[in-house]
Amino acid sequence: MKKRIPIALALIAVAAGLYFVSRHHAVPGGMNSAAIEHPLAPEFSLPDLTGQKLDFSSYRGKVVLLDFWATWCDPCRDEIPHFVALQNKYGDRGLQIIGVSMDDGPEPVRDFCQRFKLNYPVVMGDARMGELYGGVLGLPIAFLIGRDGRISAKHVGATDISVFEKEIVSLLRGGAGRG
Amino acid sequence: MNRSLMKRAIAIVLVGAAASVCAVRAPAQNRLVVASGAMFPVYQATSLPSSQLINPEELVKLLRSENPLMIQVGSHVLYQQAHIPGSEYIGPASSESGLQSLRKRVESLPRNKFIVIYCGCCPWSHCPNVKPADDALRAMGFTNVRVLYIANNFGADWVDKGYPVAKGD
Repeated sequence: MKKRIPIALALIAVAAGLYFVSRHHAVPGGMNSAAIEHPLAPEFSLPDLTGQKLDFSSYRGKVVLLDFWATWCDPCRDEIPHFVALQNKYGDRGLQIIGVSMDDGPEPVRDFCQRFKLNYPVVMGDARMGELYGGVLGLPIAFLIGRDGRISAKHVGATDISVFEKEIVSLLRGGAGRG
Repeated sequence: MNRSLMKRAIAIVLVGAAASVCAVRAPAQNRLVVASGAMFPVYQATSLPSSQLINPEELVKLLRSENPLMIQVGSHVLYQQAHIPGSEYIGPASSESGLQSLRKRVESLPRNKFIVIYCGCCPWSHCPNVKPADDALRAMGFTNVRVLYIANNFGADWVDKGYPVAKGD
């Protein structure tokens, strides 16, 4: 009897380990863990500042930096000149930055974009778009999306531009194209 | 003999636990990377004295017994996605139109009315909305105003904590 106690403890430990592993990887629909950790970026179609529809699916095959921001958000404004520089530097290698403004209306956004000479499209986001991307309940939030359309990284709050650049370079080199 | 078996069992337990932890943890490059924060200059909200603040946990407890007027003074799009149940949206207090809406909303209220204002648009040290709203209310003579201290953003400091949430307008 006394000999069985340590063996029982060992079995319990292994069972507990297997339980936690299965919880980590359990996914409805039978998807694998890599797909869950890098989900497909939700598709969307939103008007840009000229009123024309921007269709996210038209950027498949590119590395996309999707930036949720607003004109009243200081950390957002601080990031934008750096994003302009990144678009200039890596645009011809397949980088596409898309700004999603969470402002209440387009007027201040147009003024801002003209003043800071944004060289990438900006669309007007809304609550539905925020919920599509898991809830945008604070700004800035930026997603890096690989050529395969999968979300590679999510940055909440202001992030050093060198972090973005490193990830962009990595994705431009190694990401698989979509479509 | 028993001691030897016990030692072996303990070793198996430790190895099993360690193996489980390693199996659960994915390599860093396969994870979604979540980063936050950087050093920035001081913004207005940080000048609010702590006596005027209330933290989320305290507010949740307080709401069980009190019924303050709660006003979100930040982003409408963020409010629509998630807000404190019973709170009203006024408009960003960083804009004059938002402040005018705030003044209009409260002008008929008794000056000892308990009011809680909040935003949660971005890190506390960068919030452009709560200080102007607080200043406006105090300038009107309101004496019982608290500002909800949201350190990072409404998502991280309220929603993710499991506190009550409502959506829409």
